[in-house]
Amino acid sequence: MKAKVLLSLILLCGGLAAPSARAEDAAPPAPAAPPACEVPSYLLTTDSQLHKVADVVKAGKPLEILVVGSRSTTIPSSEDSSYPARMQAILKEKLPPSEAVHVSVEIQSKKTAEETASTFVKLMDEKRPTLVIWQTGTVDAIRSIDPDEFRRAVTEGVAALQYAGADVVLMNLQYSPRTETMISVPPYLDNMRVVAQEHDIPLFDRFAIMRQWNDQGQFDLFSPSRGPELAKQVHDCLGRALAQFVIDAAHLGPAEQQN
Amino acid sequence: MTIADQVTGSPIAGTADAKSRTAAPAIALPAIGERELRLDLFRGLALWLIFIDHLPTSLLTWFTIRNYGFSDATEIFIFISGYTAAFVYGRAMLDSGFVIATARILRRVWQIYVAHVFLFTIFLAEISYVATSFENPLYTEEMGIMDFLKQPDVTIVQALLLRFRPVNMDVLPLYIVLMLALPVILWSMKWKPDVTLGLSVVLYAVTWEFDLYFSAYPNGFWAFNPLAWQLLFVFGAWCALGGARRMSRILASPVTMWIAIAYLVAAFYVTLTWYVPQLSHFMPKRIEQWMYPIDKTDLDVLRFTHFLALAVLTVRFLPRDWPGLKSPWLRPLIVCGQHSLEIFCLGVFLAFAGHFILAEVAGGPAMHALISLSGILIMWAMAWVISWYKRVADKSGSKTKNAVGNADMAGGG
Repeated sequence: MKAKVLLSLILLCGGLAAPSARAEDAAPPAPAAPPACEVPSYLLTTDSQLHKVADVVKAGKPLEILVVGSRSTTIPSSEDSSYPARMQAILKEKLPPSEAVHVSVEIQSKKTAEETASTFVKLMDEKRPTLVIWQTGTVDAIRSIDPDEFRRAVTEGVAALQYAGADVVLMNLQYSPRTETMISVPPYLDNMRVVAQEHDIPLFDRFAIMRQWNDQGQFDLFSPSRGPELAKQVHDCLGRALAQFVIDAAHLGPAEQQN
Repeated sequence: MTIADQVTGSPIAGTADAKSRTAAPAIALPAIGERELRLDLFRGLALWLIFIDHLPTSLLTWFTIRNYGFSDATEIFIFISGYTAAFVYGRAMLDSGFVIATARILRRVWQIYVAHVFLFTIFLAEISYVATSFENPLYTEEMGIMDFLKQPDVTIVQALLLRFRPVNMDVLPLYIVLMLALPVILWSMKWKPDVTLGLSVVLYAVTWEFDLYFSAYPNGFWAFNPLAWQLLFVFGAWCALGGARRMSRILASPVTMWIAIAYLVAAFYVTLTWYVPQLSHFMPKRIEQWMYPIDKTDLDVLRFTHFLALAVLTVRFLPRDWPGLKSPWLRPLIVCGQHSLEIFCLGVFLAFAGHFILAEVAGGPAMHALISLSGILIMWAMAWVISWYKRVADKSGSKTKNAVGNADMAGGG
């Protein structure tokens, strides 16, 4: 307990000190994240790169991001606190001020990966994003769709997105300890990992990250609370982690940004 | 005095016939009374591991074998079930003929079916409670799983047909189907064991080639495909009916041992890359693409061979007459393994209950460890009580019924 208080004090001081340091030196580590958002770096590491995002940012063109998701992409009645909105805010903060970042959200609730993927051609025609973050798997897991079919659907979806000229990030399911006895998640996690590997695209491991937070006691994801506070905090952290993940995968670290 | 002695010791009835019997058919059964404590030990271990794997992940989860290779406790459980079932009902088939043995197998299937329905009822109670009391806005989407409560007429009938199976309730339906096939398997084994095993391999291959599966409700398929998992069950039966003895030269060869060790090390390394992604740099992409996904539903060959490798080393380094098998330290495991159906069901129930306590009362690692440990203690205590009861019942029961009652205790369950 004492150690925790001490740690948050130190972090708080660090957070206060950071802005003054940032003025002259663009290289300090990610500032001012609430301590609960910490994610071990291996969960944010990826070998796959986002070349198109990198090109757009380096050319100073506006960065258009589309999040394709389901009901867990948002928080009922507080959309501004959902992770796409938080990611947009953090990206704006971290990328050069001249960079225009716009995140739009396409929610297809209660749709399986296959049903969602079938809308991609039209969707890409309308939106023409540089980067698509496709969050999927939950509906398939709830309906226990054949994992092979799920993998085929994700593969086709990813191919369609890439064919339309976008970088793709896959995002897997939430860690939901309450429903662990009711929904079988592992086959869907595994298959998403496989597709990501085969197509050499980054996978944002939302499941592992949230489980890490729960195991470390940063969030109590068992909580039955009906209020939106917990959801808001979790989405804030997810948004931060996702922004960092995109920046790293596009190699837009502080050094690159200066050039 | 030991419980194990009790179980193996009583049936004197069969020993005399045993010798005349072994000579006759193509299969050879070990003399009655030689209860394989190793089987009980590892089945008990599998039951404990299944229980821990069904709880949310915790420190204890790291002791389960699925973190160190491809196969997990399910393989052990199904293999040993095939072994013991063939051992018990194979003898019944030689003694009393096909019809009687089939009748006894069907009685066993009925017991397992009832156990499954009982577990389903508990599951319904839990899920209904969660559905009415849990409204975290973070998880509105996951709550979609409750939709099936809206049409109980369909859901419950589908559950009785074994087509609707909630998570963690997949093993018993698999087991029911395998046991239903057991009369045919045994009948065929009596004729030609090797051909039976060959047919099993063919069925496995056909299942993979043509993507055969058992459909489930509301959609999808069985999480453990019986058409694939039968391979392990039939292999267990084949080993029990003399296959193991005929393989003993292969098992004893150092070449086999080193192949097994090499395979286990390689599998361990691959598993390590799942937890330490930095290591995956050293994994050739081509091997990765060939290997993944390692399919549990259809009992991936990699999983099957991993189990074989484990079994080879176990048989080699843990001899049948190892004195440790009689040690009091291993007795909790052995007792649990001897009453596997009861303890398996209890384990599934305890996992539900554990989830429930973690969710409703208190979370945290300490609570988690407490739940895991008390679950195991409860399983042990229950197994002990069952043993005690059977011992008392056997003593008061008439001697003539002894042989039958005892076969059930070895139970294949």
